[in-house]
Amino acid sequence: MPLFDSLYNFARWLTHDREEAEDLVQETYSKALKGFPSFQQGTNFRAWIYRILRNTFLTSRTGLKSGMTVSLDSEQGESLEPSTTETPESLLIDRSNQQMVQEAIEELPINFREIILLCDVEEMSYREIAETISIPIGTVMSRLARARNALRLGLVKRLQGV
Amino acid sequence: MACDSWRNKIEAFADGELSAEEMRAVGDHLRGCVSCNADLLSRVQLKRAIKTAGKRFSPSLELRQRIQRGLPAENKRGWLGNWVPKLAGAAAFVFIVVLLFRGWSSNQQAQTFAELADLHVATLASAAPVDVISTDRHTVKPWFQGKLPFTFNLPELANTPFTLEGGRMSYLGQAPGAQLIFKIGNHRISVFIFQNRLDRRLTSSDTRSRRVTFNMETWAEEDLRYFVIGDADANDIRRLSELLKMAARS
Repeated sequence: MPLFDSLYNFARWLTHDREEAEDLVQETYSKALKGFPSFQQGTNFRAWIYRILRNTFLTSRTGLKSGMTVSLDSEQGESLEPSTTETPESLLIDRSNQQMVQEAIEELPINFREIILLCDVEEMSYREIAETISIPIGTVMSRLARARNALRLGLVKRLQGV
Repeated sequence: MACDSWRNKIEAFADGELSAEEMRAVGDHLRGCVSCNADLLSRVQLKRAIKTAGKRFSPSLELRQRIQRGLPAENKRGWLGNWVPKLAGAAAFVFIVVLLFRGWSSNQQAQTFAELADLHVATLASAAPVDVISTDRHTVKPWFQGKLPFTFNLPELANTPFTLEGGRMSYLGQAPGAQLIFKIGNHRISVFIFQNRLDRRLTSSDTRSRRVTFNMETWAEEDLRYFVIGDADANDIRRLSELLKMAARS
């Protein structure tokens, strides 16, 4: 099954629940199988199946509760915000801090969490992310920048609290 | 700061999203700028940390086998049953559509319509269903300028029971399109407009379905493909469709 491990990992991050993630992945493959004849060869399969998973999640109870929205004010301008003013040295992260990074990712709003995971864990291009979550590439860039800033701030707070 | 203009580029540089020419330009700047170098290092470290931390969960063998067997399997948490009552009808529609379209000549049609139903439901589920909020067609239509490779006309709704609520960008089959939200009574209707190349996924040019919880109508108008979908009465869907057709021909 293509992308099985990755889809499950992404589903767990979205749902925070093993059983819900399993149901979500199963539902995704079911929909993908039914719809595969309509998949256009040569287009991006990965973006297509992640999009099915994400849309299925959005209409689930957990997805609806997550309030997967971004304020208009913050989305309309496509200019990227400068990164947080924290010095890079304060953000030195090594493997020993993996749990800290996981906690910081978990605390992110879901729309920030998903875009960071798609970019840095799934290593999707901006274009793939745009196709997956149905937003323009400019919005991908601005949302990604804000998501990383939010993550940095979360890490800084943790590092300072240690 | 002199380096502010490079910051955004450095983010895209770290993501490998710049053109070759831009990569060279940023590379040249990085060679002479300690501050930007430190910024890049920080970003790369963060990306690596996220990548490592993000690969956290592994599926069970049982799940893999269950899916591979292609069995419907018990839905442990009642995936459908967990949906909030408000959207239960809408959610059921997705499945009803799939069932209804099983007998259709093309599985592709069912997939297209199911995707549109997903988009419609997801939009209604959002706390901010539209990106441009206006009842004025002369405000909503121009909002799409520069965002879509085509344009379209919106109908005059005075003396009709319909109200325009706004619009947002939508994507179907990796193609950008417009999604407009109309209201009649307490019912919301989505109108999707895409370029007609989506026709490859539709075997009949005009289609109407009245037997489902949601009603849907689709047709092609010159180079554009319209989809009207909602839980409003089938006659209302048809009336709105006619208004859109007249506007397109005006």
